Amino acid sequence: MVSNRKRRVIINGIVMLASTMAAMTGIVVLAWILLDVGIKGMGAINWSFFTELPSPPGMSGGGLANAIMGTLIMTVVAALIAIPMGVLAGTYLSEFGKTNAFANVVRSLSDILVSAPSIVIGVFVYLVIVKTMGNFSGLAGAVALAIIMLPVVVRTTEEMLRLVPNEMREAGLALGSPYWKMMLFIIFRAAKAGMITGVMLAVARIAGETAPLLFTALNSPYWMKSLNEPMANLTVTLFNYAMSPYDDWHALAWGAAFLITMSVLVVTIIMRFIVRTRRVN
Amino acid sequence: MSDKKPLNPDSRLSIRNLNFFYGDKQVLFDNSLEIIKNKVTAFIGPSGCGKSTHIRCYNRMFSLYKGHRAEGEIFLDGENILDPQIPALNLRHRVGMIFQKPTPFPMSIFDNIAYGLKLHGIKNNAEIEDKVEKALRGAAIWDEVKDMLKKPGTALSGGQQQRLCIARAIAVEPEVILMDEPCSALDPIATAKIEELIDELKQEYTIVIVTHNMQQAARASDFTAYFYLGDVIEYGKTSEIFTAPKDERTEDYITGRFG
Repeated sequence: MVSNRKRRVIINGIVMLASTMAAMTGIVVLAWILLDVGIKGMGAINWSFFTELPSPPGMSGGGLANAIMGTLIMTVVAALIAIPMGVLAGTYLSEFGKTNAFANVVRSLSDILVSAPSIVIGVFVYLVIVKTMGNFSGLAGAVALAIIMLPVVVRTTEEMLRLVPNEMREAGLALGSPYWKMMLFIIFRAAKAGMITGVMLAVARIAGETAPLLFTALNSPYWMKSLNEPMANLTVTLFNYAMSPYDDWHALAWGAAFLITMSVLVVTIIMRFIVRTRRVN
Repeated sequence: MSDKKPLNPDSRLSIRNLNFFYGDKQVLFDNSLEIIKNKVTAFIGPSGCGKSTHIRCYNRMFSLYKGHRAEGEIFLDGENILDPQIPALNLRHRVGMIFQKPTPFPMSIFDNIAYGLKLHGIKNNAEIEDKVEKALRGAAIWDEVKDMLKKPGTALSGGQQQRLCIARAIAVEPEVILMDEPCSALDPIATAKIEELIDELKQEYTIVIVTHNMQQAARASDFTAYFYLGDVIEYGKTSEIFTAPKDERTEDYITGRFG
Protein backbone atom coordinates (compact mmCIF):
# COMPACT_ATOMS: atom_id res chain seq x y z
CA MET A 1 0.00 0.00 0.00
CA VAL A 2 2.64 2.45 1.10
CA SER A 3 4.94 1.78 -1.84
CA ASN A 4 1.97 2.00 -4.16
CA ARG A 5 1.16 5.40 -2.79
CA LYS A 6 4.78 6.47 -3.04
CA ARG A 7 4.88 5.36 -6.64
CA ARG A 8 1.82 7.44 -7.47
CA VAL A 9 3.27 10.49 -5.75
CA ILE A 10 6.47 10.13 -7.75
CA ILE A 11 4.66 9.64 -11.07
CA ASN A 12 2.45 12.59 -10.27
CA GLY A 13 5.54 14.71 -9.60
CA ILE A 14 7.22 13.67 -12.83
CA VAL A 15 4.18 14.33 -15.01
CA MET A 16 3.54 17.64 -13.28
CA LEU A 17 7.14 18.69 -13.89
CA ALA A 18 7.06 17.57 -17.52
CA SER A 19 3.84 19.40 -18.32
CA THR A 20 4.97 22.55 -16.55
CA MET A 21 8.25 22.46 -18.47
CA ALA A 22 6.38 21.99 -21.75
CA ALA A 23 4.15 24.96 -21.00
CA MET A 24 7.16 27.04 -19.94
CA THR A 25 9.03 26.19 -23.14
CA GLY A 26 6.17 27.47 -25.24
CA ILE A 27 5.85 30.65 -23.25
CA VAL A 28 9.59 31.28 -23.12
CA VAL A 29 9.96 30.93 -26.89
CA LEU A 30 7.03 33.27 -27.47
CA ALA A 31 8.37 35.81 -24.97
CA TRP A 32 11.81 35.57 -26.53
CA ILE A 33 10.43 36.29 -30.00
CA LEU A 34 8.32 39.19 -28.77
CA LEU A 35 11.19 40.62 -26.74
CA ASP A 36 13.71 40.29 -29.56
CA VAL A 37 11.34 41.83 -32.10
CA GLY A 38 10.39 44.50 -29.60
CA ILE A 39 13.90 45.55 -28.67
CA LYS A 40 15.37 45.47 -32.17
CA GLY A 41 12.22 46.72 -33.86
CA MET A 42 11.54 49.68 -31.59
CA GLY A 43 14.89 51.16 -32.54
CA ALA A 44 13.84 51.32 -36.18
CA ILE A 45 10.48 52.91 -35.46
CA ASN A 46 10.61 56.66 -35.86
CA TRP A 47 8.75 59.33 -37.76
CA SER A 48 10.48 58.71 -41.08
CA PHE A 49 9.74 54.97 -40.80
CA PHE A 50 6.09 55.84 -41.33
CA THR A 51 6.49 58.73 -43.76
CA GLU A 52 9.44 58.10 -46.09
CA LEU A 53 10.11 55.78 -48.99
CA PRO A 54 12.91 53.24 -48.66
CA SER A 55 16.32 54.69 -49.39
CA PRO A 56 18.53 53.16 -52.11
CA PRO A 57 20.81 50.31 -51.05
CA GLY A 58 23.66 51.40 -48.91
CA MET A 59 22.23 54.81 -48.04
CA SER A 60 21.03 55.43 -44.53
CA GLY A 61 17.61 56.69 -43.45
CA GLY A 62 14.39 56.12 -45.31
CA GLY A 63 11.22 54.38 -44.20
CA LEU A 64 8.60 51.91 -45.23
CA ALA A 65 5.66 54.24 -45.77
CA ASN A 66 4.83 52.66 -49.13
CA ALA A 67 4.94 49.13 -47.72
CA ILE A 68 2.72 50.06 -44.76
CA MET A 69 0.29 51.65 -47.16
CA GLY A 70 0.44 48.66 -49.51
CA THR A 71 -0.20 46.11 -46.78
CA LEU A 72 -3.12 48.15 -45.47
CA ILE A 73 -4.67 48.53 -48.92
CA MET A 74 -4.27 44.88 -49.88
CA THR A 75 -5.67 43.75 -46.53
CA VAL A 76 -8.67 46.04 -46.90
CA VAL A 77 -9.33 44.98 -50.51
CA ALA A 78 -8.97 41.31 -49.54
CA ALA A 79 -11.41 41.85 -46.67
CA LEU A 80 -13.85 43.61 -48.99
CA ILE A 81 -13.79 40.59 -51.28
CA ALA A 82 -13.77 37.85 -48.66
CA ILE A 83 -16.15 39.17 -45.98
CA PRO A 84 -19.32 39.60 -48.05
CA MET A 85 -18.73 36.33 -49.88
CA GLY A 86 -17.81 34.48 -46.72
CA VAL A 87 -20.73 35.79 -44.69
CA LEU A 88 -23.21 34.96 -47.45
CA ALA A 89 -21.75 31.48 -47.94
CA GLY A 90 -21.72 30.84 -44.19
CA THR A 91 -25.34 31.98 -43.97
CA TYR A 92 -26.26 29.60 -46.75
CA LEU A 93 -24.56 26.70 -44.98
CA SER A 94 -26.16 27.42 -41.63
CA GLU A 95 -29.68 28.32 -42.77
CA PHE A 96 -30.37 26.44 -45.98
CA GLY A 97 -27.70 23.80 -46.26
CA LYS A 98 -27.97 21.74 -43.10
CA THR A 99 -28.05 18.41 -44.84
CA ASN A 100 -27.91 18.78 -48.60
CA ALA A 101 -25.04 17.36 -50.62
CA PHE A 102 -23.97 20.64 -52.17
CA ALA A 103 -23.56 22.25 -48.74
CA ASN A 104 -21.52 19.29 -47.53
CA VAL A 105 -19.19 19.68 -50.50
CA VAL A 106 -18.81 23.41 -49.81
CA ARG A 107 -18.12 22.63 -46.16
CA SER A 108 -15.42 20.04 -46.89
CA LEU A 109 -13.79 22.20 -49.54
CA SER A 110 -13.59 25.19 -47.25
CA ASP A 111 -12.11 22.98 -44.51
CA ILE A 112 -9.47 21.83 -47.00
CA LEU A 113 -8.85 25.41 -48.10
CA VAL A 114 -8.24 26.49 -44.49
CA SER A 115 -5.32 24.11 -44.27
CA ALA A 116 -4.00 24.64 -47.80
CA PRO A 117 -0.41 25.97 -47.68
CA SER A 118 -0.57 29.66 -48.49
CA ILE A 119 2.21 29.40 -51.03
CA VAL A 120 0.03 27.09 -53.09
CA ILE A 121 -2.65 29.75 -53.13
CA GLY A 122 0.03 32.25 -54.20
CA VAL A 123 1.07 30.05 -57.11
CA PHE A 124 -2.56 29.51 -58.07
CA VAL A 125 -3.25 33.26 -58.22
CA TYR A 126 0.03 33.72 -60.08
CA LEU A 127 -1.22 31.37 -62.79
CA VAL A 128 -4.76 32.68 -62.92
CA ILE A 129 -4.25 36.42 -62.57
CA VAL A 130 -0.58 37.39 -62.87
CA LYS A 131 0.05 35.23 -65.96
CA THR A 132 -3.17 36.30 -67.66
CA MET A 133 -2.75 39.98 -66.95
CA GLY A 134 0.95 39.87 -67.73
CA ASN A 135 2.24 41.59 -64.59
CA PHE A 136 2.46 41.35 -60.84
CA SER A 137 -0.16 43.49 -59.18
CA GLY A 138 -1.61 44.61 -55.88
CA LEU A 139 -4.94 43.27 -57.04
CA ALA A 140 -3.51 39.78 -57.48
CA GLY A 141 -2.05 40.07 -53.98
CA ALA A 142 -5.41 41.08 -52.56
CA VAL A 143 -7.14 38.18 -54.33
CA ALA A 144 -4.61 35.70 -52.92
CA LEU A 145 -5.16 37.10 -49.43
CA ALA A 146 -8.94 36.98 -49.94
CA ILE A 147 -8.75 33.30 -50.86
CA ILE A 148 -6.87 32.60 -47.63
CA MET A 149 -9.41 34.59 -45.65
CA LEU A 150 -12.54 33.23 -47.28
CA PRO A 151 -12.82 29.75 -45.71
CA VAL A 152 -12.16 31.14 -42.24
CA VAL A 153 -15.00 33.63 -42.63
CA VAL A 154 -17.33 30.98 -44.10
CA ARG A 155 -16.80 28.52 -41.28
CA THR A 156 -16.92 31.01 -38.41
CA THR A 157 -20.07 32.59 -39.83
CA GLU A 158 -21.70 29.19 -40.06
CA GLU A 159 -20.64 28.16 -36.58
CA MET A 160 -21.68 31.42 -34.97
CA LEU A 161 -25.10 31.35 -36.65
CA ARG A 162 -25.55 27.74 -35.57
CA LEU A 163 -24.91 28.77 -31.98
CA VAL A 164 -28.00 30.99 -32.01
CA PRO A 165 -30.79 28.74 -30.70
CA ASN A 166 -33.43 27.76 -33.19
CA GLU A 167 -36.15 29.09 -30.86
CA MET A 168 -34.81 32.56 -31.61
CA ARG A 169 -35.52 32.04 -35.31
CA GLU A 170 -38.96 30.69 -34.59
CA ALA A 171 -39.70 33.56 -32.20
CA GLY A 172 -38.80 36.04 -34.91
CA LEU A 173 -40.89 34.25 -37.50
CA ALA A 174 -43.78 33.81 -35.07
CA LEU A 175 -44.11 37.60 -34.95
CA GLY A 176 -44.64 37.59 -38.70
CA SER A 177 -41.09 38.46 -39.81
CA PRO A 178 -40.01 37.40 -43.25
CA TYR A 179 -36.99 35.10 -43.02
CA TRP A 180 -34.53 37.71 -44.27
CA LYS A 181 -35.62 40.34 -41.75
CA MET A 182 -35.43 37.80 -38.96
CA MET A 183 -31.86 36.91 -40.04
CA LEU A 184 -30.75 40.49 -40.51
CA PHE A 185 -32.20 42.07 -37.38
CA ILE A 186 -32.20 39.20 -34.91
CA ILE A 187 -29.89 36.31 -35.77
CA PHE A 188 -26.96 38.29 -37.17
CA ARG A 189 -27.23 40.59 -34.21
CA ALA A 190 -27.14 37.66 -31.82
CA ALA A 191 -24.11 36.21 -33.61
CA LYS A 192 -22.41 39.56 -34.15
CA ALA A 193 -19.60 39.35 -31.62
CA GLY A 194 -18.55 35.88 -32.72
CA MET A 195 -18.67 36.78 -36.39
CA ILE A 196 -16.60 39.93 -35.91
CA THR A 197 -14.06 37.92 -33.93
CA GLY A 198 -13.76 35.41 -36.75
CA VAL A 199 -13.38 38.10 -39.36
CA MET A 200 -10.76 40.00 -37.38
CA LEU A 201 -8.74 36.88 -36.69
CA ALA A 202 -8.82 36.15 -40.41
CA VAL A 203 -7.61 39.71 -41.06
CA ALA A 204 -4.83 39.27 -38.54
CA ARG A 205 -3.83 36.08 -40.27
CA ILE A 206 -3.56 37.57 -43.75
CA ALA A 207 -1.76 40.64 -42.44
CA GLY A 208 1.23 38.43 -41.70
CA GLU A 209 1.23 36.36 -44.91
CA THR A 210 4.33 36.53 -47.11
CA ALA A 211 4.32 33.53 -49.41
CA PRO A 212 1.17 34.34 -51.39
CA LEU A 213 2.38 37.90 -51.97
CA LEU A 214 5.78 36.82 -53.33
CA PHE A 215 4.02 35.43 -56.40
CA THR A 216 1.37 38.08 -56.78
CA ALA A 217 1.98 41.58 -55.47
CA LEU A 218 5.73 41.11 -55.45
CA ASN A 219 7.14 44.33 -54.01
CA SER A 220 8.01 47.83 -55.07
CA PRO A 221 10.23 50.63 -53.82
CA TYR A 222 7.70 53.28 -54.91
CA TRP A 223 4.34 54.61 -53.91
CA MET A 224 1.49 52.73 -55.50
CA LYS A 225 -0.31 54.37 -58.39
CA SER A 226 -2.91 51.72 -59.04
CA LEU A 227 -3.87 48.20 -58.00
CA ASN A 228 -2.61 46.99 -61.36
CA GLU A 229 1.11 47.18 -60.64
CA PRO A 230 3.49 45.51 -58.22
CA MET A 231 2.70 46.78 -54.76
CA ALA A 232 4.98 47.32 -51.79
CA ASN A 233 4.04 45.44 -48.64
CA LEU A 234 5.53 44.85 -45.24
CA THR A 235 6.00 41.11 -45.30
CA VAL A 236 7.85 40.79 -48.62
CA THR A 237 9.88 43.88 -47.73
CA LEU A 238 10.77 42.24 -44.46
CA PHE A 239 11.80 39.11 -46.35
CA ASN A 240 13.95 41.02 -48.88
CA TYR A 241 15.55 43.37 -46.39
CA ALA A 242 16.39 40.66 -43.92
CA MET A 243 18.24 38.83 -46.71
CA SER A 244 20.13 41.95 -47.80
CA PRO A 245 23.70 42.76 -46.75
CA TYR A 246 22.88 46.31 -45.53
CA ASP A 247 22.58 47.18 -41.85
CA ASP A 248 20.07 49.96 -42.49
CA TRP A 249 17.82 47.54 -44.30
CA HIS A 250 18.17 45.06 -41.46
CA ALA A 251 16.99 47.74 -39.09
CA LEU A 252 13.98 48.48 -41.29
CA ALA A 253 13.23 44.76 -41.48
CA TRP A 254 13.16 44.63 -37.69
CA GLY A 255 10.88 47.62 -37.69
CA ALA A 256 8.55 45.90 -40.15
CA ALA A 257 8.56 42.74 -38.03
CA PHE A 258 7.72 44.79 -34.97
CA LEU A 259 4.88 46.59 -36.70
CA ILE A 260 3.31 43.39 -38.07
CA THR A 261 3.63 41.60 -34.75
CA MET A 262 2.13 44.50 -32.84
CA SER A 263 -0.83 44.83 -35.21
CA VAL A 264 -1.64 41.13 -34.95
CA LEU A 265 -1.19 41.25 -31.18
CA VAL A 266 -3.44 44.27 -30.81
CA VAL A 267 -6.16 42.76 -33.01
CA THR A 268 -6.04 39.52 -31.03
CA ILE A 269 -6.20 41.29 -27.68
CA ILE A 270 -9.14 43.42 -28.79
CA MET A 271 -10.94 40.29 -29.97
CA ARG A 272 -10.29 38.52 -26.67
CA PHE A 273 -11.74 41.51 -24.91
CA ILE A 274 -14.86 41.53 -27.09
CA VAL A 275 -15.41 37.81 -26.61
CA ARG A 276 -15.05 38.17 -22.86
CA THR A 277 -17.45 41.08 -22.50
CA ARG A 278 -19.90 39.09 -24.61
CA ARG A 279 -19.64 36.16 -22.22
CA VAL A 280 -20.27 38.43 -19.26
CA ASN A 281 -23.44 39.64 -20.94
CA MET B 1 -65.51 23.46 -48.68
CA SER B 2 -63.36 26.32 -47.54
CA ASP B 3 -66.31 28.58 -46.75
CA LYS B 4 -67.49 26.20 -44.06
CA LYS B 5 -68.31 28.23 -40.96
CA PRO B 6 -67.42 27.13 -37.47
CA LEU B 7 -69.98 24.85 -35.89
CA ASN B 8 -69.92 26.89 -32.76
CA PRO B 9 -70.41 30.65 -33.08
CA ASP B 10 -68.23 31.18 -29.99
CA SER B 11 -65.27 29.49 -31.66
CA ARG B 12 -62.18 31.42 -32.58
CA LEU B 13 -60.51 28.40 -34.12
CA SER B 14 -62.20 25.31 -35.50
CA ILE B 15 -59.93 22.38 -36.10
CA ARG B 16 -61.32 19.70 -38.41
CA ASN B 17 -59.63 16.38 -39.00
CA LEU B 18 -56.11 17.67 -38.54
CA ASN B 19 -53.50 15.08 -39.50
CA PHE B 20 -49.81 15.76 -39.27
CA PHE B 21 -46.79 14.01 -40.76
CA TYR B 22 -43.07 14.18 -40.13
CA GLY B 23 -42.07 12.75 -43.48
CA ASP B 24 -43.80 9.38 -43.63
CA LYS B 25 -44.51 9.21 -39.94
CA GLN B 26 -47.96 10.34 -38.93
CA VAL B 27 -48.06 11.96 -35.49
CA LEU B 28 -51.52 13.58 -35.32
CA PHE B 29 -54.66 11.64 -36.14
CA ASP B 30 -57.91 13.34 -37.08
CA ASN B 31 -57.74 16.00 -34.37
CA SER B 32 -60.98 17.96 -34.25
CA LEU B 33 -61.87 20.58 -31.70
CA GLU B 34 -63.17 24.10 -31.21
CA ILE B 35 -61.08 26.78 -29.50
CA ILE B 36 -63.49 29.17 -27.81
CA LYS B 37 -63.08 32.94 -28.04
CA ASN B 38 -61.66 34.76 -25.02
CA LYS B 39 -61.12 31.55 -23.13
CA VAL B 40 -58.02 29.70 -22.09
CA THR B 41 -57.70 26.24 -23.56
CA ALA B 42 -55.09 23.92 -22.11
CA PHE B 43 -53.58 20.95 -23.90
CA ILE B 44 -52.35 18.26 -21.56
CA GLY B 45 -50.87 14.83 -22.10
CA PRO B 46 -47.62 12.91 -21.83
CA SER B 47 -44.51 14.11 -23.68
CA GLY B 48 -44.35 13.35 -27.36
CA CYS B 49 -48.09 13.07 -27.83
CA GLY B 50 -48.38 15.85 -30.35
CA LYS B 51 -49.54 18.81 -28.26
CA SER B 52 -46.79 21.12 -29.48
CA THR B 53 -47.03 19.74 -32.99
CA HIS B 54 -50.74 20.48 -32.88
CA ILE B 55 -50.46 24.12 -31.87
CA ARG B 56 -47.57 24.69 -34.28
CA CYS B 57 -50.17 24.12 -37.01
CA TYR B 58 -52.12 27.17 -35.85
CA ASN B 59 -49.37 29.50 -37.06
CA ARG B 60 -47.94 27.11 -39.67
CA MET B 61 -44.59 27.15 -37.87
CA PHE B 62 -44.04 23.62 -39.16
CA SER B 63 -43.74 24.95 -42.72
CA LEU B 64 -40.20 26.00 -41.82
CA TYR B 65 -39.04 22.39 -41.92
CA LYS B 66 -38.74 20.07 -44.85
CA GLY B 67 -41.08 17.09 -44.90
CA HIS B 68 -43.38 18.44 -42.19
CA ARG B 69 -46.91 18.56 -43.50
CA ALA B 70 -50.40 19.10 -42.17
CA GLU B 71 -53.65 17.88 -43.66
CA GLY B 72 -57.16 18.84 -42.72
CA GLU B 73 -58.62 22.23 -41.95
CA ILE B 74 -58.12 24.89 -39.32
CA PHE B 75 -60.60 27.74 -39.52
CA LEU B 76 -59.70 31.09 -38.03
CA ASP B 77 -62.74 33.34 -38.33
CA GLY B 78 -64.11 31.08 -41.02
CA GLU B 79 -60.94 31.04 -43.12
CA ASN B 80 -58.89 27.87 -43.57
CA ILE B 81 -55.43 28.92 -42.42
CA LEU B 82 -53.78 25.75 -43.71
CA ASP B 83 -54.61 26.98 -47.20
CA PRO B 84 -51.20 27.83 -48.70
CA GLN B 85 -52.79 30.83 -50.41
CA ILE B 86 -52.97 32.56 -47.06
CA PRO B 87 -49.47 33.98 -46.51
CA ALA B 88 -47.84 32.61 -43.37
CA LEU B 89 -46.64 36.11 -42.47
CA ASN B 90 -50.19 37.48 -42.29
CA LEU B 91 -51.32 34.47 -40.34
CA ARG B 92 -48.54 34.97 -37.78
CA HIS B 93 -49.64 38.54 -37.26
CA ARG B 94 -52.96 37.14 -36.13
CA VAL B 95 -51.62 34.20 -34.13
CA GLY B 96 -48.83 35.01 -31.68
CA MET B 97 -46.63 32.46 -29.96
CA ILE B 98 -44.73 32.14 -26.68
CA PHE B 99 -42.04 29.49 -26.39
CA GLN B 100 -40.84 27.20 -23.66
CA LYS B 101 -37.57 29.05 -23.20
CA PRO B 102 -37.85 32.84 -23.05
CA THR B 103 -36.48 34.22 -26.32
CA PRO B 104 -35.68 37.91 -25.84
CA PHE B 105 -34.11 39.29 -29.01
CA PRO B 106 -30.53 40.58 -28.75
CA MET B 107 -31.63 44.21 -28.48
CA SER B 108 -32.99 46.61 -25.90
CA ILE B 109 -36.21 45.95 -24.00
CA PHE B 110 -37.86 48.76 -25.93
CA ASP B 111 -36.66 47.46 -29.30
CA ASN B 112 -37.81 43.96 -28.45
CA ILE B 113 -41.38 45.25 -28.49
CA ALA B 114 -40.86 47.85 -31.21
CA TYR B 115 -39.51 45.20 -33.60
CA GLY B 116 -42.93 43.63 -34.16
CA LEU B 117 -44.62 47.04 -34.42
CA LYS B 118 -42.18 48.12 -37.09
CA LEU B 119 -42.81 44.86 -38.94
CA HIS B 120 -46.43 45.94 -39.09
CA GLY B 121 -45.42 49.15 -40.77
CA ILE B 122 -45.87 51.47 -37.80
CA LYS B 123 -43.29 54.20 -38.32
CA ASN B 124 -44.46 57.06 -36.13
CA ASN B 125 -42.19 57.16 -33.07
CA ALA B 126 -44.80 58.54 -30.70
CA GLU B 127 -47.20 55.80 -31.71
CA ILE B 128 -44.51 53.16 -31.23
CA GLU B 129 -43.70 54.51 -27.77
CA ASP B 130 -47.37 54.43 -26.83
CA LYS B 131 -47.82 50.89 -28.01
CA VAL B 132 -44.64 49.67 -26.34
CA GLU B 133 -45.83 51.05 -23.02
CA LYS B 134 -49.29 49.61 -23.51
CA ALA B 135 -47.87 46.18 -24.33
CA LEU B 136 -45.52 46.22 -21.34
CA ARG B 137 -48.36 47.27 -19.07
CA GLY B 138 -50.52 44.57 -20.63
CA ALA B 139 -47.91 41.98 -19.78
CA ALA B 140 -47.65 43.31 -16.20
CA ILE B 141 -43.98 44.14 -16.51
CA TRP B 142 -44.06 47.92 -17.09
CA ASP B 143 -43.30 48.87 -13.50
CA GLU B 144 -40.27 46.62 -13.44
CA VAL B 145 -38.71 47.83 -16.69
CA LYS B 146 -39.90 51.39 -17.23
CA ASP B 147 -36.58 52.82 -16.03
CA MET B 148 -34.45 50.44 -18.03
CA LEU B 149 -36.04 50.36 -21.47
CA LYS B 150 -32.64 50.85 -23.12
CA LYS B 151 -31.09 47.87 -21.33
CA PRO B 152 -30.77 44.61 -23.24
CA GLY B 153 -33.67 42.19 -22.90
CA THR B 154 -31.27 39.53 -21.69
CA ALA B 155 -30.55 41.60 -18.56
CA LEU B 156 -33.93 40.55 -17.16
CA SER B 157 -34.64 37.47 -15.04
CA GLY B 158 -36.19 34.41 -16.67
CA GLY B 159 -39.71 35.22 -15.57
CA GLN B 160 -39.37 38.84 -16.65
CA GLN B 161 -37.98 37.70 -19.99
CA GLN B 162 -41.01 35.50 -20.51
CA ARG B 163 -43.35 38.40 -19.71
CA LEU B 164 -41.32 40.54 -22.12
CA CYS B 165 -41.97 37.91 -24.78
CA ILE B 166 -45.67 38.01 -23.93
CA ALA B 167 -45.58 41.81 -24.22
CA ARG B 168 -43.87 41.43 -27.58
CA ALA B 169 -46.59 39.07 -28.75
CA ILE B 170 -49.52 41.22 -27.58
CA ALA B 171 -47.98 44.44 -28.93
CA VAL B 172 -49.03 43.45 -32.43
CA GLU B 173 -52.56 42.69 -31.22
CA PRO B 174 -53.04 39.12 -32.40
CA GLU B 175 -56.36 37.30 -32.06
CA VAL B 176 -54.90 34.13 -30.63
CA ILE B 177 -51.87 33.59 -28.41
CA LEU B 178 -50.24 30.17 -28.40
CA MET B 179 -48.14 29.26 -25.39
CA ASP B 180 -45.93 26.23 -25.62
CA GLU B 181 -45.12 25.29 -22.02
CA PRO B 182 -44.46 28.93 -21.13
CA CYS B 183 -43.64 28.23 -17.48
CA SER B 184 -41.55 25.09 -17.66
CA ALA B 185 -38.31 27.06 -17.35
CA LEU B 186 -39.59 29.30 -14.53
CA ASP B 187 -39.70 29.12 -10.75
CA PRO B 188 -43.06 28.92 -8.91
CA ILE B 189 -43.30 32.66 -8.21
CA ALA B 190 -42.63 33.62 -11.82
CA THR B 191 -45.08 30.92 -12.84
CA ALA B 192 -47.78 32.35 -10.60
CA LYS B 193 -47.28 35.77 -12.20
CA ILE B 194 -47.61 34.35 -15.70
CA GLU B 195 -50.77 32.48 -14.72
CA GLU B 196 -52.25 35.65 -13.28
CA LEU B 197 -51.36 37.38 -16.51
CA ILE B 198 -52.99 34.67 -18.60
CA ASP B 199 -56.16 35.18 -16.63
CA GLU B 200 -56.14 38.90 -17.48
CA LEU B 201 -55.15 38.44 -21.08
CA LYS B 202 -58.16 36.32 -21.91
CA GLN B 203 -60.32 39.45 -21.73
CA GLU B 204 -58.83 40.43 -25.05
CA TYR B 205 -57.23 37.34 -26.52
CA THR B 206 -57.95 33.71 -27.10
CA ILE B 207 -55.26 31.65 -25.44
CA VAL B 208 -54.08 28.12 -26.09
CA ILE B 209 -51.55 26.76 -23.64
CA VAL B 210 -49.62 23.51 -23.75
CA THR B 211 -48.61 22.37 -20.31
CA HIS B 212 -47.14 19.40 -18.53
CA ASN B 213 -48.30 20.74 -15.25
CA MET B 214 -51.77 19.44 -14.54
CA GLN B 215 -52.37 21.80 -11.64
CA GLN B 216 -51.58 24.61 -14.01
CA ALA B 217 -54.14 23.38 -16.51
CA ALA B 218 -56.70 23.04 -13.73
CA ARG B 219 -55.96 26.50 -12.33
CA ALA B 220 -55.51 28.54 -15.45
CA SER B 221 -57.74 27.11 -18.14
CA ASP B 222 -61.43 27.10 -19.03
CA PHE B 223 -61.22 24.20 -21.45
CA THR B 224 -58.89 21.24 -21.54
CA ALA B 225 -57.97 18.78 -24.24
CA TYR B 226 -56.22 15.55 -23.36
CA PHE B 227 -53.80 14.33 -26.03
CA TYR B 228 -52.52 10.81 -26.20
CA LEU B 229 -50.36 9.39 -29.00
CA GLY B 230 -51.56 12.01 -31.46
CA ASP B 231 -55.25 11.61 -30.71
CA VAL B 232 -57.47 14.09 -28.92
CA ILE B 233 -58.87 11.65 -26.38
CA GLU B 234 -61.14 14.01 -24.56
CA TYR B 235 -62.01 17.65 -24.82
CA GLY B 236 -64.34 19.72 -22.68
CA LYS B 237 -64.71 22.18 -19.83
CA THR B 238 -61.72 22.01 -17.52
CA SER B 239 -63.95 21.55 -14.49
CA GLU B 240 -65.55 18.51 -16.07
CA ILE B 241 -62.34 16.97 -17.39
CA PHE B 242 -60.74 17.17 -14.00
CA THR B 243 -63.69 16.12 -11.88
CA ALA B 244 -65.59 13.74 -14.11
CA PRO B 245 -63.51 12.56 -17.06
CA LYS B 246 -65.54 10.45 -19.44
CA ASP B 247 -62.65 8.49 -20.86
CA GLU B 248 -60.76 6.01 -18.76
CA ARG B 249 -57.42 7.07 -20.31
CA THR B 250 -57.99 10.68 -19.29
CA GLU B 251 -58.77 9.61 -15.78
CA ASP B 252 -55.63 7.48 -15.60
CA TYR B 253 -53.53 10.41 -16.70
CA ILE B 254 -54.99 13.10 -14.46
CA THR B 255 -54.99 10.88 -11.43
CA GLY B 256 -51.31 10.26 -12.08
CA ARG B 257 -51.53 6.56 -12.82
CA PHE B 258 -49.17 7.14 -15.76
CA GLY B 259 -47.56 9.87 -17.82
